[in-house]
Amino acid sequence: MTDLSGLRSGAPVPDTTPHSGPVTSSEAPPPNAGGRQNRGDSADSLHLTGNRLPRWAPWVIAAGAIILGLLVQVTGITVVGLAPGFVAAFAFLLVQTATSWTVEGRRHATDRLATTLIYTTFVLALVPLLWILITVIAKGLSVFSPEFFTSTMRNVNPRAEGGGIAHAFVGTLEQVGIAALIAVPIGVLAAVYLVEFGKGRFAYWISFFVDVMTGIPSIVAGLFIYTALILTGVLEQSGLAAGLALAILMLPVIVRATEEMLRIVPNELREGALALGVPKWKVILRIVIPTAISGIITGVMLAVARVAGETAPLLLVTFLAQDMNPNPATGSQASLPTFVWDQISRGTPASIDRAWGGALALILFVLVMYAGARIIAKIYSPKAR
Amino acid sequence: MATTSHEPTTTRADPEGISGAAVRRGDRTFLGLSTGAGLLVLVVMAAIAVFLVWKAIPSIQADSANFFTEGQWLPDSDPPVFGIAVLLFGTLWTSIIALVIAVPIGYGIALFIAFYAQRRLASTLAFIVDLLAAVPSIIFGLWGLYNFMPYVVPFSQWLSEYLGFIPIFANSQELWTKSILMAGLVLAIMILPTVSAISREVFVQVPRMHVEAALALGATRWEMIRMAVFPFSRPGMISAAMLGLGRALGETIAVALILSAAFEINWAITEPGGNSFAANIALKWGEAGEVGRSALIASGLVLFFITLVVNMSARWVIARRKDFSGAN
Repeated sequence: MTDLSGLRSGAPVPDTTPHSGPVTSSEAPPPNAGGRQNRGDSADSLHLTGNRLPRWAPWVIAAGAIILGLLVQVTGITVVGLAPGFVAAFAFLLVQTATSWTVEGRRHATDRLATTLIYTTFVLALVPLLWILITVIAKGLSVFSPEFFTSTMRNVNPRAEGGGIAHAFVGTLEQVGIAALIAVPIGVLAAVYLVEFGKGRFAYWISFFVDVMTGIPSIVAGLFIYTALILTGVLEQSGLAAGLALAILMLPVIVRATEEMLRIVPNELREGALALGVPKWKVILRIVIPTAISGIITGVMLAVARVAGETAPLLLVTFLAQDMNPNPATGSQASLPTFVWDQISRGTPASIDRAWGGALALILFVLVMYAGARIIAKIYSPKAR
Repeated sequence: MATTSHEPTTTRADPEGISGAAVRRGDRTFLGLSTGAGLLVLVVMAAIAVFLVWKAIPSIQADSANFFTEGQWLPDSDPPVFGIAVLLFGTLWTSIIALVIAVPIGYGIALFIAFYAQRRLASTLAFIVDLLAAVPSIIFGLWGLYNFMPYVVPFSQWLSEYLGFIPIFANSQELWTKSILMAGLVLAIMILPTVSAISREVFVQVPRMHVEAALALGATRWEMIRMAVFPFSRPGMISAAMLGLGRALGETIAVALILSAAFEINWAITEPGGNSFAANIALKWGEAGEVGRSALIASGLVLFFITLVVNMSARWVIARRKDFSGAN
């Protein structure tokens, strides 16, 4: 009823439609936008929208909550021991819901509460991501130096500064490379089977177990390689064994990514080629896979990024090496994640610094893979041609 | 799926001019290779179970205690005494805490990206959340140990001071670091992208008609979500939570760094207590003797079966959904 009196007295009418703000630019048209039409009519006693809070109301409440938080901070009064930020957040939720409930009713109060909470969850996800990235970059950069990339940990005292990740970087490249060499052809072929040939129960079970395999704990992959290949004497604890363990973790990711890409290759391409008498295997090799290749490469790079950070299986199948070992087939081989693990477990200030340096190198490697995957997907996406 | 219908055409209706034998040989080779690759997935899964069982048997036979109810882990003593009771407890308890925290937040993120954020921004926002999945677990451990823990400790103290009357929040040991809660919080962050990505996938499949009909009837956005989105996506949301659980159960390195290895069953989440299968394997592997490694393999086998059951039921729930997703 308050806005009616506002209309009569000619005061500026607050835009009361709930879905017209910049916050709510989503797809559907506002359900009660029609209410606006009546504003200038003679029948302005007829209003279809209920009472709504003015658009500035949440901002005012937020400002009040922040001031309250600052007050708590300055005066040092504690409200059940909560930090000022939490006091402000709870105050905002409480006051907004209460005001909205009295003015707009229960339904809109619930809606506002839900909207606020849903926005909050997204912010909550960003906090650890940014926090981790900033910490790793800040602490890692302080260790970065040319020496850090060119030297190994050979003869470096854990308490002393210096040393580097050259041996670990070589190890990661080789182990991930081995994993990709094994997992990519097998994964792509399995995806080809699922999309181009597979039907019936057999294909169903393969598809099902590819999904289940995605959920294998990484340490179990390490245990498997250890029991199946190292205990049986086929391999020694080496970079190759590490690569094989990573391949097991990569395989399902690649199958899924490739399968998704092959499925969106238009059927007309296959049918056109088959109608021209091209044998099916040639259709797959020359038409289907080249069409989907950008997506497949993207999937491979994401899978590489995923396994490059795996630590657990490597701890089981290769030892923590301090020295450069370019040969993955024999002897222990370091890698970036196990380097970080090793430095953390030494626990001296200098080694913790090196751990942050290794962590930054690892995160850069992963991010380069991610960015590369995004760029490849953008450049070669089918619609661009 | 639709592509499978026309495969016999090349071989059956071969015109004279094309060398039929070569075509058939090529096709057969290719079919064989790709079937073999698919079969390999099944073989690997079976081989994991077989080899782990095979190498676990010696230690279970040597175990002088009950493998399932014993809490200690002394496989290399004489006689070997070890069991998975504490490991099972620690793994499940930390994962449940992670789930309780991550699932509502993960659904919220998915709802935000699917229904609240601007359409143009949605894929970028989803990518940002996925970046969280790209952070290696060792970095979560490092960050958790040195940067996050100083903030979790006061939070634990707050919980114990104001909610300590609830037994799980009480803290009688005055030990605050490396607690169950700490591990649960970091695990929650780590499974957040899994939960949100999978639930977002099902949220965007909700038929537009249902969404718009609800809004047209005057529902608020939250009412639309409750009445049109949730009923449609419930199986997907359940399976998203279960896949998150699967990830939390198997997480190794982060837990090894931030959970103190206490071999006791302790429900108080602000105190150290329990241990997890995966972290125990990583920590004990280096020093373990022959029986010790076999015992760790046995515990890994239990972890493998638990995650297998969790993942299979998650996939089963979502696969069942596909059968009637023609509702739109």
